[in-house]
Amino acid sequence: MNVDEIKNGVVIDHIRPGGAMAIYHFLGLDKLDCTVAIIKNAQSRRMGKKDIIKVDTDIELELSVLGYIDHNLTVNVIKDGVKVRKYHPELPLEIVDIVKCKNPRCITSTEQELPHVFKLTDRENSVYRCIYCESKAKK
Amino acid sequence: MRHLIGIEDLSVAEIEQLIATAEDIMANPAKYSAVASGKKLATLFYEPSTRTRLSFEAAMMELGGGVLGFSEAQSSSAAKGESVADTAKVISCFADIMVMRHFKEGAPMVAAMNASVPVINAGDGGHNHPTQTLTDLLTIKCEKGRLSDLTVGLCGDLKFGRTVHSLITALSRYTGIRFVLISPKELTLPDYIKSEVLDRKGIEYVETASLEDSLPELDILYMTRVQRERFFNEQDYIRLKDSYILTLDKLDLAKPDLCIMHPLPRVNEIAVGVDKDSRACYFKQVLYGKYIRMALIKMLLEEADK
Repeated sequence: MNVDEIKNGVVIDHIRPGGAMAIYHFLGLDKLDCTVAIIKNAQSRRMGKKDIIKVDTDIELELSVLGYIDHNLTVNVIKDGVKVRKYHPELPLEIVDIVKCKNPRCITSTEQELPHVFKLTDRENSVYRCIYCESKAKK
Repeated sequence: MRHLIGIEDLSVAEIEQLIATAEDIMANPAKYSAVASGKKLATLFYEPSTRTRLSFEAAMMELGGGVLGFSEAQSSSAAKGESVADTAKVISCFADIMVMRHFKEGAPMVAAMNASVPVINAGDGGHNHPTQTLTDLLTIKCEKGRLSDLTVGLCGDLKFGRTVHSLITALSRYTGIRFVLISPKELTLPDYIKSEVLDRKGIEYVETASLEDSLPELDILYMTRVQRERFFNEQDYIRLKDSYILTLDKLDLAKPDLCIMHPLPRVNEIAVGVDKDSRACYFKQVLYGKYIRMALIKMLLEEADK
């Protein structure tokens, strides 16, 4: 299967298989009117299988979102058909309003205007906890 | 602005300072009888409490300060739908320091983010209860003479028991602490406390369902109540509420200098007959609670004045 190369945009590579749709929604790519390709289960020497997202426009990615969802992925920035930058997003120390606290006992369950803030508490296992009730974030 | 939301907000040195102040208050109460003169403490209790609220009120009065507040959500603006954030801003106009108990976890933190006076968490759902932990630490220090090199048995509801979680976090900062976690399998300590506190700090602990087997090795036995209000399902509560009952007979197995603690209120997990045993420390613990709260109020008021 061939998917055209992009001229100016972003390729998010090495997404764990099955993870592309979550990233698509978290980044709000459904709101773009440019071409967005989601490639699932592509062959990968390193991972066996992987997902890839190609976005055919010059956009600023919300890195904290990407780092939270999958910090092992690779972001390639393409300009005039050439890869000009490649990086791996880091685990953000804090994420705000990316996931909601699911604990029914948390104050955020009744006070709707509060931001849903999670802090990184265990880097090794990528664990984030709600700053209010310390419940674990569920992706 | 300095607040106390979780016990980890205080360094070990600060806790030691608070304990030292509390011990000095016990020895020289007159010296502290006017340190909060002209100051007001607001007690915002959205959930019923006798001990904690009255302990704070008594503490403020003995420091020479005044007290105002409410003791249930229905008699506050919360009944009209006011947010915790707005309440904190409003109360900051009336009081110099506020104490909050709330049934929602994290509510005191929201208050602290919005208040312009110090906020003390007096219990937020099944989450934190740092002044109970300070009380427990002062009790252990006064009764055992140290906060290190102790085998500490925690018995009962270790899943929802916020006092247990905070005490484990606090004691894990001292050396030579070993925990014996005694609970039915449905009420074991949450995994995240084991992995993020005990395992991370290399603290030794064992999990068991038997109180009798554990008693001989304990220096401290911390009993807890299975709390009806933490269960969504009444049947689960009824099935688990009588899991452990400490009696005088069982105490024959324990060390002669065991220190029996309980955050109170108790239901039936400690038989009334145990109260007369010299090892029963839970009513002394209540008194220690007032003194450590006096020390805390004094510290926070002084920091707010800086």
